[in-house]
Amino acid sequence: MANLDILKQEGCDPKEHIWSRRNFLGLVGWSTVLGSLGIGTLAFGRFMYPRVLFEPRTTVKLGKPEEYIVNSVSEKWIKLYRLWLIRNPDGFVAQSAKCTHLGCTPRWLESENKFKCPCHGSGFRGLNYSPNNLFTGRNFEGPAPRPLERFYIALAEDGQILVDFGRVFRGERDEWIKAGAYLKYSG
Amino acid sequence: MAPNGNGPGESFFEKVKESPVWKSVFRHGYADTPRNRILQVSSNVFLHLHPSKLPRHAVRIRFTWCAGGVTFLFYLILVVTGVILMFYYRPTGELAYQDMKYLQFDVPFGMIMRNMHRWAAHAMVIAVWIHMLRVFMTGSYKPPREFNWVVGVNLLVFTLLLSFTGYLLPWDQLSIWAVTVGTNMARATPFVGHEGPFGELLGMNARYDARAFLVGGRLVGGATLLRFYVLHCIFIPIIASVLMIVHFWRIRKDGGISGPL
Repeated sequence: MANLDILKQEGCDPKEHIWSRRNFLGLVGWSTVLGSLGIGTLAFGRFMYPRVLFEPRTTVKLGKPEEYIVNSVSEKWIKLYRLWLIRNPDGFVAQSAKCTHLGCTPRWLESENKFKCPCHGSGFRGLNYSPNNLFTGRNFEGPAPRPLERFYIALAEDGQILVDFGRVFRGERDEWIKAGAYLKYSG
Repeated sequence: MAPNGNGPGESFFEKVKESPVWKSVFRHGYADTPRNRILQVSSNVFLHLHPSKLPRHAVRIRFTWCAGGVTFLFYLILVVTGVILMFYYRPTGELAYQDMKYLQFDVPFGMIMRNMHRWAAHAMVIAVWIHMLRVFMTGSYKPPREFNWVVGVNLLVFTLLLSFTGYLLPWDQLSIWAVTVGTNMARATPFVGHEGPFGELLGMNARYDARAFLVGGRLVGGATLLRFYVLHCIFIPIIASVLMIVHFWRIRKDGGISGPL
């Protein structure tokens, strides 16, 4: 019922009063109900995202930098973590071994200097050094729509290479020049 | 809203109330009279599920196929067998598969309860589609029943969600990977998925987005199983039941089962 009607019904002059008691209590009541429901809904939304996940860590340590040969693609971690560790003259790249077409694992063909996906023939560039190594992993043949992704890479406090595959850098978005996409190292 | 009832806010509200969409949902206004208050109690859906008289065409099976009734029958079967299965099934990563096998191979009548639940679930999805087809082909979605069609489409969605959440519960390879694929689609949800349109702009990432809400983390695991179990047994059935009550009540209020044209 409109407020005006309620005011009249309760014998109040609409020129002197804008709220009847019933209007006011109704408003207070409904805003309490809706407000607490709203806060409860927000709290439930947060509740569904726990702080600790009981899942495998996304950060891994891959040994000391000097264990890897300069100008090479290491296939050591393919089985375990599905990535290639690539060493350039001045640093490292952690490159995802997941084809950007439909997610197969490409093969590293050293003699042809390219990464080749066995499923649909996507090809990605091999070694050819440039600053930040913006060349390796670029798609150049087959159906793959974008370059192989790179993972966050850094040196841990104990001197080992640390890779976080929860943080991805995508070449087609020019993210390979961002901090963490390339590990500077010349030893 | 202007408090004295003549402000611009109130007139906007009046306009909304006169729109065809509002009128299709709420047929008429509610006059707060003692008569209507007693009617709220005496005309509730449970006292009036079955009409006091039926038009002759409403019992013609060739017109209705009884598809809606059959769907509801399957729903009742699913509720009963589902509750029975809950006595043995524990929704944890370590125990779920084993409990499913236990029900199937050792618990007396466990096999038939599980299979009834499974086959009635398939049948309910099929029956819902047949019901929808019948309603469409007989033009029963037309006014004054247009809002009940909307309720019905929502019921279709919740039926499919029940089917999807229940699919994970056997906790075998098939269900885990089916749900992995299914929840991966949530990555592409607009605004709330981290790979969807505007998702990154709003700060979504793999850890905090619509998929993580469903999965309870990054991977389909024990947390996902528990979430899907709660959704499957509590959340979605309650929402679907409420919608069904509205659906059945609206059949009566919109003039009973539609007749042949």
